[in-house]
Amino acid sequence: SVTGACQAIQKLTRVRVVDNSALGNTPYHRPPKCIHVYNKNGIGKVGDKILLAIKGEKKKALIVGHKMPGPIMTPRFDSNNVVLIEDNGNPIGTRIKTPIPYILRQKEGEFSKVLAIARNFV
Amino acid sequence: CRISSDGKPEKFQPPPKPIIIDKQKQKEERRFLSPEFIPPRGRTDPLKFYIERKDMIQRRKTFHIPEFYVGSILAVTTANPYASEKASRFVGICIQRGGKGLGATFVLRNIIEDQGVEIRYELYNPRIQAIEVLKLEKRLDDNLMYLRDALPEYSTFDVNMKPVSHLDHEEIPVNKLQVRMKPKPWSKRWERPKYNVKGIKFELPEKKMKEAQKWSQPWVEFDMLREYDTSKIEEKIWKEVSEELKK
Repeated sequence: SVTGACQAIQKLTRVRVVDNSALGNTPYHRPPKCIHVYNKNGIGKVGDKILLAIKGEKKKALIVGHKMPGPIMTPRFDSNNVVLIEDNGNPIGTRIKTPIPYILRQKEGEFSKVLAIARNFV
Repeated sequence: CRISSDGKPEKFQPPPKPIIIDKQKQKEERRFLSPEFIPPRGRTDPLKFYIERKDMIQRRKTFHIPEFYVGSILAVTTANPYASEKASRFVGICIQRGGKGLGATFVLRNIIEDQGVEIRYELYNPRIQAIEVLKLEKRLDDNLMYLRDALPEYSTFDVNMKPVSHLDHEEIPVNKLQVRMKPKPWSKRWERPKYNVKGIKFELPEKKMKEAQKWSQPWVEFDMLREYDTSKIEEKIWKEVSEELKK
């Protein structure tokens, strides 16, 4: 992305899809943007679900890393990373190459399938 | 015996004197006082800093915190309940050391699978199980935040790299590397004199460099109210800390 450090993920933030799904990797003239955050406040942190607008379609996604510094001892990534997800929580892609923070393992119940396809942990 | 080219006997050359390296004699030890021991400028009671230093020394007696500078490559293993084998290891270059007292932190940066990752660790956090210095060196600056806008090759470090042995007891190598940047825009305008960055190879046109000098504040260097001379404080604290640690 071109803008400076952004304060976590909210409506209209451009995100980077990290899994190997077809939707996330085919080029399009507009970058994928967040249009809604499923949270009481409109700010999405690691482990929150958001609604993404990709290639003219609406898709849910899970935030796996953002540029804003979080709690101490947690990693801060250089780009806002997101994994495409279905409504029931199943990931669309089959592999995630980029490192995922260990904190996601806390909510193992909802994201066990996403953690299963992740390769590197930070 | 050497046969001289003249045929006449050469002048006697005494053999070279043997260099005796006395290892038992204590060499001039390099004094390194971690920057978080130096109290910040202010009107707080020195008793607070004294108690904090006692706690810091107590922690250092049980857990070894090595000497390192901004620009050295470290490997940190932390206790993590969600990691395999309950411990996670992160290797990276130290880009910033901040905080004073027990809240002292350092930020490590590395690029894994084309993704830049930075982690801020606390020096005195009990979750940290080990800190190893893989390469001890200094850089031209105290703050390497500009590595975020530099080409990724300058922030990638091998996770399985072997520790480079630091031989001399006296000198710490200074890496005079001049880093090349990605095209502008950057997160901060590093060419401006307020950041005082020496480790970047600016490839900007002369006009831009001159324009950046407009924001220079040459009077700040001579401002007496901003002076904070820490030499005497450092001496006192160094004596105190080294005595406590030897016990």
